[in-house]
Amino acid sequence: MSFDIPEDRRYLESHEWAHEDDGVVRVGITDFAQDELGDVVFVELPDEGETVSQEGEFGVVESIKAVSDLYAPVSGEVVGVNEALFDAPELVNDDPFGDGWMLEIDADDTAELEALLTAADYEDQIA
Amino acid sequence: MPLQTPPLRGTHDERGAKFTEFGGWDMPVEFDSIRAEHAAVRDDVGIFDVSHMGQIHVSGPDATVLMQRLTSNDVSRLGVGDAQYATITDEDGSIIDDTVVYRLPDAGDEPATESREGEDHSGDPTYLFVPNAGADEAIHERWVEHRNEWDLEATVDNRTDEYAMFAVQGPNAVESVEGRTDESVADLERFTARYVTVEGVECWIARTGYTGEDGFELIVPWSAAEQLWSAFDCQPCGLGARDTLRIEAGLLLAGQDFDYETDPRTPYEAGIGFVVALETDFVGSDALARLEESETEEQLVGIQLIDRGVPRHGYDITNTDGRVVGTITSGTMSPTLERPIGLGYVPTEYAEPGTTLQVVVRGQSKKARVETTPFIETVQ
Repeated sequence: MSFDIPEDRRYLESHEWAHEDDGVVRVGITDFAQDELGDVVFVELPDEGETVSQEGEFGVVESIKAVSDLYAPVSGEVVGVNEALFDAPELVNDDPFGDGWMLEIDADDTAELEALLTAADYEDQIA
Repeated sequence: MPLQTPPLRGTHDERGAKFTEFGGWDMPVEFDSIRAEHAAVRDDVGIFDVSHMGQIHVSGPDATVLMQRLTSNDVSRLGVGDAQYATITDEDGSIIDDTVVYRLPDAGDEPATESREGEDHSGDPTYLFVPNAGADEAIHERWVEHRNEWDLEATVDNRTDEYAMFAVQGPNAVESVEGRTDESVADLERFTARYVTVEGVECWIARTGYTGEDGFELIVPWSAAEQLWSAFDCQPCGLGARDTLRIEAGLLLAGQDFDYETDPRTPYEAGIGFVVALETDFVGSDALARLEESETEEQLVGIQLIDRGVPRHGYDITNTDGRVVGTITSGTMSPTLERPIGLGYVPTEYAEPGTTLQVVVRGQSKKARVETTPFIETVQ
């Protein structure tokens, strides 16, 4: 089975993706991660205004069969939360890189992204 | 220890199943998605490979006595082709395992008889019972030890590795099975069974299941497992859907809703007092007679979360003051109801449906309510 791994973003070994646009980093989980979890039924996310730190836990995603912690790709302040997931968590399965996004972080230092995996690195990891 | 593999491990792998360890077996947990598989069983029909279930055969002049003394229900009520849910309890009345006991045709009457040591066993009662995954060896040993101790004449064979077991479950299960049999199975009543030829394969087919839906369980020799499985073109289902279906139906899972090692429970506490036939004098009946159903201090109840969250095995249950009063034993997001539901033990004073409680999810108290089980309408 092959999985989407868009090249326009960076990845964590724990299967989150990070897409930066003008200092704001959008975060979600990968196609591989949603497939491993199966039907997502619940997400727990921080509120806007809270701060997160790189590789620190920021929330939880639960499928019918598993509970998985979520890790932040960069440090910064939460400026956006995808509240659509509270009523429609299946968006994480349907469109993990698009409508299934979870968080937007106003990054303290976008250079932190350089330390993360490239699409090619991540592809090797899940191969 | 290497995992035991069901006869169809390769077939399931090719079908794209994900696997999980369960009771020492490497079993398919999900073929497509738990939600899709669950819906197939509730609305149409699905097939499960449950070959990890134990298969123990007991036969001989004293087979009925042995079964009667080691299981909690009344085996003497079983005619050939009857099935019965029962528990296996210890001297204290704690559940070691739960099982379904089938009375097979008497020795000599079954199709494809294997003659044993040239002796004539014709007419001896014969039972098949199905311990939980991974429990078959210990249960087999328990039977042999007691047979020897009580000096009973019965053979006890652990045939777990010889038989595959499939469950065809759902409102359209009759249609699905019927097209493949040499005779009608629609007339089989709940908790009865008989030998039927399915796709040319002799199966022990029972109107039983673990989903709350109508359906059948088919027991077949491993050698014919592939042939039979591939004859069904309905949705294959894994242990993931099996779990969500049985939780909605309020059915217990050994090792989770009772665990003989870590959380021993009596049938009364577990809400299955109907499997206790005290008059049959079994191991544990004296203790259970003393306990009496009404004096149970803790009870298994259904729980629904009102706040957002999913109850999971091991989560604390508290009263509205925040004092821990119990534990969740099973939980999930119900695919049918789209509500978070679970099972758990609470003191009897909190067991009344409608009682407000809390479940502690990652340190946060979530409002919850005691519900009657089953959570959904089930076949009786």
